[in-house]
Amino acid sequence: MESLLVANRGEIARRIIRTARRLGLRTIAVYSDADADLPFVREADEAVELGPAAPAESYRNAERVLAAAHRTGAEAVHPGYGFLSENAGFARAVQEAGLVWVGPAPDVIELMGDKINARNAVAAAGVPVAPGTPEPVAGEAAALDAAATIGYPLMVKAAAGGGGMGMAVAHDEDDLRKQYAAVSGFAERLFGDPAILLERYYAGARHIEVQILGLADGAVIALGERNCSVQRRNQKLVEESPSPCLDPDLREQMLSAAVQVGKAVGYRNAGTVECLVYGEPGAQGFVFLEMNTRLQVEHPVTEAVWGVDLVEEQLRVAAGEPPSVDLTALRPRGHAIEFRVNAEDPVRFLPGPGTINAWNEPSGDGIRVDAAYRQGNRVTPAYDSLMAKLVVHAGTREDAIARARAALAAFTIAGPKQNLPFFTELLDEPEFADGSYCTALVARMRATPRKGS
Amino acid sequence: MGQQITSDLAANVWKVLVSTGDSVAAGDTLVILESMKMEIPVEAETSGVVTTLPISEGDVLDEGDLIAEIS
Repeated sequence: MESLLVANRGEIARRIIRTARRLGLRTIAVYSDADADLPFVREADEAVELGPAAPAESYRNAERVLAAAHRTGAEAVHPGYGFLSENAGFARAVQEAGLVWVGPAPDVIELMGDKINARNAVAAAGVPVAPGTPEPVAGEAAALDAAATIGYPLMVKAAAGGGGMGMAVAHDEDDLRKQYAAVSGFAERLFGDPAILLERYYAGARHIEVQILGLADGAVIALGERNCSVQRRNQKLVEESPSPCLDPDLREQMLSAAVQVGKAVGYRNAGTVECLVYGEPGAQGFVFLEMNTRLQVEHPVTEAVWGVDLVEEQLRVAAGEPPSVDLTALRPRGHAIEFRVNAEDPVRFLPGPGTINAWNEPSGDGIRVDAAYRQGNRVTPAYDSLMAKLVVHAGTREDAIARARAALAAFTIAGPKQNLPFFTELLDEPEFADGSYCTALVARMRATPRKGS
Repeated sequence: MGQQITSDLAANVWKVLVSTGDSVAAGDTLVILESMKMEIPVEAETSGVVTTLPISEGDVLDEGDLIAEIS
């Protein structure tokens, strides 16, 4: 394997290209016309324009990406995250074209991409799943029946929903009747489908995920966990490893459960098993949420703590090679925190694209910045708002926070909206400082008189 | 005096969930905007009837553009 096409954009394309070049691979970037001036296009050995900004005509267009691979003689394809990364059809097409797919087998992508099949597969591997209705409930009466078995509080979810919309918590029967009607009506208007799923709701839960790596020889290892509970609109803003507020016993159970899931489905390459951890230390449990069959945005915190380059290991697995070092002998070291620097305001988190007039990144010991842009680039409304990831690493969580405070103060961005001030505020938040926060933290920090929902 | 709801950001109108003449309650989602792959619900701040709705799905809004009037 001597060449690699990176089917992505922004910071992740740049980050993959960096490792591939270090390993001596010829790198090929693909880009939309909106991204022609971005660093990842210039840093690749070759670059092929796919088409207009709209993802369907560029980064999400399997045919055009494959044509670019064919034209440049690329031998392998790394999909990054988002776009085509969890598209089993694309993975299959890559393999059928005789190219190396840097990811798990297409069948495994398909299995884990189907919520019901994924849930059954992990439950069969002995991993706990949240009690809930596997199929939409047939009306309010059926919902009340199902709820009696599942128990309250529960989440009323639009089956067709996504992105955190069409969800409400019901605390008792009366509440369920009310929310069933509300969510169902909303889903009908929004998605044209009123179908409702019920699931046990865990108040005060933490979102904790396990990084796994399936090796070329079939072994599956876990490289610790990441706590991703700092979220707004059900999307992550900050991730850290190791997770504070997690029982050591439960951590061990979660890591071995994630490895079990990987083994059960014959997982190869990097993947993440996302879980919800409920209860306070001393009385914690966890349930499976979903598996992401790709590299995650927040993979750098794992790299910092474990001293590995996950993209290098991904490429080695894809090429059928053993890992760069004996990964089972690695031990985690210190504490790492990642901040997603987005083109959004720090109060309401509303996105705001624009041309970058000033861009100064912090640097120094234990500071890593994976940036999509540099001064003069334009952040367009066509893609997500991630501009850069700031990752700090230090011997202890306390030192990592101190390092983050200095790094955030040294980071300046002008032009688009940016959320750096939110992170400074977060570091002073008592629940973040002591590590006891759950997924409700940001909502609590921003508690405004929002009615309804 | 009706309540004017304007856009807080430049965005596309992704979904319009109400029509002129509809009665809405405070907190009801009227419209969902989209920008940078993020969906942003716009809610009614007070109860009333939608009297003006000068937008439709696919429209591009600037910050400050009128979305709806409720009275």
